[in-house]
Amino acid sequence: MEGFNHKDLLGMGQLSVRDIELILDTAESMKEVSQRDIKKVPTLRGKSIVNFFYEPSTRTRASFELAAKRLSADTISLSSSGSSMTKGETLMDTAKNLQAMNPDLIVLRHSSSGAPHMLAPEIKAGIINAGDGTNEHPTQALLDLFTIREKKGRLQGLKVAIIGDIKHSRVARSNIIGLKKMGADVTISGPPTMIPVNAESLGVDVINNPAEAIKDKDVIMVLRIQLERQSKLLFPTAREYSTYFGINRETLKNAKEDAIVMHPGPINRGVELASDVADGPFSVILEQVTNGVAVRMALLYLLVGGHKSDNID
Amino acid sequence: MTILIRGGDLVDPVKGLIEKQDLIVEGGRVSRILPAGAFSELNPGISIIDASGMLIIPGMIDMHVHLREPGYEYKETIESGSLAGVAGGFTGLACMPNTDPANDNVSVTEFILRQSAKAGKLKVYPIAAITKGRKGETLTEFGDLKKAGAVGLSDDGSPVVNSELMRRAIEYARYHGLAVISHCEDINLSGEGVMHEGMISTQIGLKGIPSASEEVMVQREISLARLTGCPVHIAHVSTAGSVNAIRRAKEDGVPVTAETAPHYFSLDHGSVVGYDTNAKINPPLRTQEDILAIKKGLAEDVIDVIATDHAPHNLLEKNLEFDKAAFGIIGLETALPLTLALVREGVLTIQAVVRKLTCSPASILRVDRGVIREGSVADLAIIDPECEYILKEEDILSKSRNTPFMGKKLKGRNVLTIFEGQIVWSRDSKHIGCR
Repeated sequence: MEGFNHKDLLGMGQLSVRDIELILDTAESMKEVSQRDIKKVPTLRGKSIVNFFYEPSTRTRASFELAAKRLSADTISLSSSGSSMTKGETLMDTAKNLQAMNPDLIVLRHSSSGAPHMLAPEIKAGIINAGDGTNEHPTQALLDLFTIREKKGRLQGLKVAIIGDIKHSRVARSNIIGLKKMGADVTISGPPTMIPVNAESLGVDVINNPAEAIKDKDVIMVLRIQLERQSKLLFPTAREYSTYFGINRETLKNAKEDAIVMHPGPINRGVELASDVADGPFSVILEQVTNGVAVRMALLYLLVGGHKSDNID
Repeated sequence: MTILIRGGDLVDPVKGLIEKQDLIVEGGRVSRILPAGAFSELNPGISIIDASGMLIIPGMIDMHVHLREPGYEYKETIESGSLAGVAGGFTGLACMPNTDPANDNVSVTEFILRQSAKAGKLKVYPIAAITKGRKGETLTEFGDLKKAGAVGLSDDGSPVVNSELMRRAIEYARYHGLAVISHCEDINLSGEGVMHEGMISTQIGLKGIPSASEEVMVQREISLARLTGCPVHIAHVSTAGSVNAIRRAKEDGVPVTAETAPHYFSLDHGSVVGYDTNAKINPPLRTQEDILAIKKGLAEDVIDVIATDHAPHNLLEKNLEFDKAAFGIIGLETALPLTLALVREGVLTIQAVVRKLTCSPASILRVDRGVIREGSVADLAIIDPECEYILKEEDILSKSRNTPFMGKKLKGRNVLTIFEGQIVWSRDSKHIGCR
């Protein structure tokens, strides 16, 4: 098998089809590790990984931490509130100071698009983009691809609808790039205030009405609506959003019979997604979370330990 | 000092002529202009500048710069900005009031003029604020500001939102003979945008500033100028829609003038790919279609002036995450080569380029400069339109280095600047027989 020749994972655009296949295949072995009684292998013993979360995160952060620990890497976690960034230190300075401690990898979550791209050329350690502003969230896309492939047996030729705030969603942008690359068809959907200008340049179809958009789709990916920014709300009320753009059992009838429903979490139950769908038979939402650990283990392994011929026993 | 400049091509932007002419500078003025070779018998004490192969143009006037003093001297001072200006071929700079404190009163205006007199390199024309503290609430004292030396009014990057107040401003400013310069932006529509809203912003996940954000305000200023008959000058035009609106207004005889900056006809929004904060500018770099419209607007004199919007920022403000970095780039030292590119592309003649950088801004600001004729103040630049060079950090004389043109090949360079009859800058001592 060919190697993985990247120092950093900044976005889906940098990955070839082969790279993505390698990551997903590696994640399959990693998933097996996560199902063992003793969920730990010594692969990354002696390696240090910094989880640098400049923006709040529960799921992604826990997922990266567990992934690193299952591979026996040493990890520390920093958040902006507990770091020097609240004391006025710039991101570049904080990162250079971290670099001076010689970690092997920095996992960066940041509220600014392009933050990991700014650090990558300045820092020797590898950088994984764990979500940058409204740009990309490549590890989420990879775990979504993994989940889809596991459920559908393939990615090529699948029809996927992504519904919600596409304009401000890093999950959507990474998934669109990844899915297109792997040969899937992508339709985006949501109120016009949430569809980016020149969306067609992303190679997707735009159908505003979700009920129409999910027609004959294999995969329905529902995005989280940001209710916390009330003053910048892109729709009048949560109630109105759920009426016209929420996914419920009724709208889901348009999708293929064996369609799967995905959500990157956390869910606003009853807003973008009805509870009976989130918890229903089509939902693969918790499996996405499970797979997230495996995919992140695969990435850590490929970026930090992948050069050696270690196996993962 | 008496100086003979000989062998060069003299560009007269007013008459639209280029002729081989020699000229004599004495007593701070251009005393004689005669056909090349006419001055055969000379006093031995005279300094001779050989301008063969060069263009002699009036010292350029940049009607839109940020000199950052008082308040932000770590970015630029009036002295360092003046030096960057004369290096670029400018002998006049109109500086915007977004200093700290803002130039909204006589004492700041006088301070700026004192500092510029101390630097002594070029003429600084203060633009005072339209409203106190640039807050858009109450008018500043236009009469006193004019008397102190202000030539224009602008709230710069904090455009006057209240249309009634803006109406009063242009009406009252006309009485005092002050230009009103409008940074056209609907700040709500721009929101948290950091680049042009379009294909690139969609692809790289940055928040966009739509073209309409500029255009709605351009339309308002045109409406107010039409209503009152009082002139308004539109700053840094960046969109095709603005160009078209201004064209229609001019056709209707509305007293509106406009400027654009060299980056708006040199670079498009693709420069932001890779999150280069030196491509973060407000208004933002737009599309190729906008660039074409701006060139057309320049060629048709819809856009009267080329001004740099020279906006020095320290690395402290630029070496940051893209959305946290400051807007703006320096421009004084790249304006000439970037604009001369329009001559090579066939967009403008040399005379038109020179006009948009000299007498056009002078006439909007009502200052008696920007021309070369016998008896005029000797503000001159001698430029080498063929000189090719790579822009290097160490060549930059501004205190700041924030330009997307760093490392790029440029063609056309100022080699010598004369301000009020004194040589204030020369790139290469070989060109001159003095100093």
